[in-house]
Amino acid sequence: MTSLVHTPTARKKSLFDHLEIFLPKLVLAPTFIAGIIFVYGFILWTAVLSFTKSRLLPKYEFVGLYQYVKLFTNDRWWVASKNLLVFGFLFVVICIVLGLLLAILLDQRIRIEGAIRTIYLYPMALSFIVTGTAWKWILNPSLGLERLVRQLGFENFSFDWLVNADMSIYTVVIAGVWQSSGFVMALFLAGLRGIDDAIIKAAQVDGASLPRIYWRIIIPSMRPVFFSAVIILSHIAIKSFDLVMVLTRGGPGYSSDLPATFMYAFAFTRSRLAFGAASAMVMFGAVMAIIIPYLYSELRVKRNE
Amino acid sequence: MNDQMIQAVPNTPGVIAGRIFIYGLLILMTFYFLLPLIVMVLTSLKTMDDIRSGNLISWPTEFTLDAWKAAWGSACIAVECNGVKTYFWNSVKIAVPAVSISTIIGAVNGYVFSKWKFWGSEVFFTFLLLGCFIPFQAILLPMAQTLGKLGLSQSLAGLILVHIIYGLAFTTLFFRNYYVSIPDELVKAARIDGAGFFRIFWKILLPVSTPIFVVCVIWQTTQIWNDFLFGVVFSAGGNQPITVALNNLVNTSTGVKEYNVDMAAAIIAATPTLLVYIIAGKYFLRGLTAGSVKG
Amino acid sequence: MASLSIRNIRKSFGSTEVLKGISIDVEPGEFLVLVGPSGCGKSTLLNLIAGLEKITSGEIYIGENLVNRVSPKDRDIAMVFQSYALYPNMKVRKNISFGLETRKVPKAEIEKTVQKVASMLQIEGLLDRKPSQLSGGQRQRVAMGRALARSPSVFLFDEPLSNLDAKLRVEMRTEIKLLHHRIKTTIVYVTHDQIEAMTLADKIAIMKDGILHQFDTPKQVYENPTNLFVAGFIGSPAMNFIPTRLIRSDGGASLVLKTGVNQSQNVQLNQSGLKLDDWFDKDIILGIRPEQITDTLARHETNGHFQSIECIVKVIEPTGPDTLVFADINGKEVTCRVHPDAQCRPGETMQMMIDMSKALFFDPDSEARINFNENL
Repeated sequence: MTSLVHTPTARKKSLFDHLEIFLPKLVLAPTFIAGIIFVYGFILWTAVLSFTKSRLLPKYEFVGLYQYVKLFTNDRWWVASKNLLVFGFLFVVICIVLGLLLAILLDQRIRIEGAIRTIYLYPMALSFIVTGTAWKWILNPSLGLERLVRQLGFENFSFDWLVNADMSIYTVVIAGVWQSSGFVMALFLAGLRGIDDAIIKAAQVDGASLPRIYWRIIIPSMRPVFFSAVIILSHIAIKSFDLVMVLTRGGPGYSSDLPATFMYAFAFTRSRLAFGAASAMVMFGAVMAIIIPYLYSELRVKRNE
Repeated sequence: MNDQMIQAVPNTPGVIAGRIFIYGLLILMTFYFLLPLIVMVLTSLKTMDDIRSGNLISWPTEFTLDAWKAAWGSACIAVECNGVKTYFWNSVKIAVPAVSISTIIGAVNGYVFSKWKFWGSEVFFTFLLLGCFIPFQAILLPMAQTLGKLGLSQSLAGLILVHIIYGLAFTTLFFRNYYVSIPDELVKAARIDGAGFFRIFWKILLPVSTPIFVVCVIWQTTQIWNDFLFGVVFSAGGNQPITVALNNLVNTSTGVKEYNVDMAAAIIAATPTLLVYIIAGKYFLRGLTAGSVKG
Repeated sequence: MASLSIRNIRKSFGSTEVLKGISIDVEPGEFLVLVGPSGCGKSTLLNLIAGLEKITSGEIYIGENLVNRVSPKDRDIAMVFQSYALYPNMKVRKNISFGLETRKVPKAEIEKTVQKVASMLQIEGLLDRKPSQLSGGQRQRVAMGRALARSPSVFLFDEPLSNLDAKLRVEMRTEIKLLHHRIKTTIVYVTHDQIEAMTLADKIAIMKDGILHQFDTPKQVYENPTNLFVAGFIGSPAMNFIPTRLIRSDGGASLVLKTGVNQSQNVQLNQSGLKLDDWFDKDIILGIRPEQITDTLARHETNGHFQSIECIVKVIEPTGPDTLVFADINGKEVTCRVHPDAQCRPGETMQMMIDMSKALFFDPDSEARINFNENL
């Protein structure tokens, strides 16, 4: 019988061994505490603030829904909310259409796919401030797009959307779509590539043409990706702050205001803490109304797998 | 689209026309995406005369780096006229500690959530996940109050703290999803071999974590460098990051607007993250798509 | 090497009870195989022995020591996993020595051990490679080497051959058996493959749904199964189960077997030793293995235990060493094993000989073996 080194078993249990059972929990503790305080605790605090009459400094006397009533009778808030719906809708839809189109095109085994993909995606690496600065210049009423098109021969072309109260919100759409459609394209491309070959082969054997295959088989099977894209884009839209601040500052006047800029203006610039807190809580509610059902359905799918 | 599909399609004139159409459309779109960058670079190299007389894509009569020098060192931002250089370095001072600390904590958290599950850990993880989604407007006011009480309001340290705290959810998510795909049997084998909690992390998991570290660092760097909201709320004056400085520069209404300086400043602000993207683009993409794979 | 004693182990995950009171005693140096279909709890039991999961109730003794609360690293065990679980960032040498280093064994000894183990498993040439550069079989050996290096009291194997292709599996099976002869350590081996169980084990523990159905030597499990499940699980092709009736006939007892040839044929039972009195005129299940239904050969006809029966051949499957003949008896498809040269064609009638001395009987309701005698 071959004898190998017999390693002695460590019989003595050190303090560390006893601690080991708690180690995982100990390690998570700081994050846990941070989460409780800085996320959930703070949200609660903001909610509490929204039920007070605080202006410059917090005053904790309960006044019920006073601020919310003021909020929903505030003209600027309605403009901001309407803008969010307009902007959000256009932003999401155009990004998805454009992203899907680009993804389908790129899926056609293009030789320079890598380079093209890199170009489509680079805007995501930029700050919204940089994007906003660039587009602010491009859409400059006298020196930007308008002048360029005029110098190309179209004498009567005018593009003053940036300073036009009716159109200012659409400039935010333009800049936002430019920044984010590459990301949507990447999502859809990954989804397209994940489709089972066998289904496509079966369709070809059945005699379907390429466009038909895309329209009736591939696109419908990408429902989860659509869903993810809508959720993520909506999330970006609701949080939009940087882009508006640099592009239009909410102007002219407050015609391109969004809830995020509204909140900032009242909570910080105008020192109306409770009012700003109320607008923040409404934003929070809107986001949760979208995210919670989404996460619930995602986690339920995982459990059923 | 797989090879079989392409081979199944014959090379008729109709198909070739189709390919030309596709390539044409794609190239057109590359112009759409590249145009703002081209315009920015071009404008930053022009003199104000050229800008006033030309148009967005007109070629400069003379190339000059004056705007760049001004943007870096002498442009007026709020009350100071020292260009963006201070604010550039501010962003660096904020990003480096915030990225490193949030990444390291995220790594250990991810390790625990994937390999050392305990009762309640999945629930905790779900709540953490939820935290990725909250609109930060809901915590700005209390955070401002808290930083004030800690004596950190409007300081770099305060901003770093904020970025770390609110970056933890994402970094933890990245690492947890990555470590879940590493077989549990590795940890079992190491436990039988006698390794404890930290030894397993140090010797077994960390050595194979390079890809996710890169993804996480790139993601966090991009997020933190490009952030504006936290910067504008929690910092002031000389402590602001470059995004805030850029916004101030572009939106000051005093004096003559120097568009070339604006553009140069914007490019300076964009360069670090753009460089990261060009060098490590595929990891960037992995970060974006990893963040969208929930659960 | 140490003995292993599992006493009334129960394990629940939440409200689901996965192990329902398992008791097994393993002698020092014995090779125990835990076998059973997926979900029977064998891997869970192995994890409990290793200390990777907590026991709900019951006790585990390794040698003289109660190890319920002892952590895996202190139980003096080593484990080989189905996926080998080699540390991907370390070379083979480091993989083998990792456990020794953690235990602070002196460097010189580690060197010696690694060399010894490598030569025993013929992997000396692989010591400086990384796991990703090894083939499946090589990884398997390294995993075993890692376990061997620690020279533990008990070896645990969790389906180590499942990821190998069929040919390699057979080779590695033999190597594991040879290894056991050399080092004579106590081994607990989990598999779902009954051939591995039969060829490797000193003792087999057959499990299903968290219950231990039989704990015996391979020969016993094959020839003397406790119930329908064990009888059907062990042996390939599987045992034939023919529902039939026991009736009285001149000469004692016989079974009614309908094959489609003639009305029905009654097969005599030599009753000595079989206490079947309670079962006359009752439904009963006859268990007979394929190799016990064979073609006619001269010597069979003179042996009193062999009874003849005529069957209609449905399908034949020539496997090379023999031919499998499928026929219907009492409405059930029955597999018979005949000599490859025997004449048989689908649709034709063929005369078979059944070795009734090996016949087993089961209660159709409880599925238990009738007259199961542990002491045979």
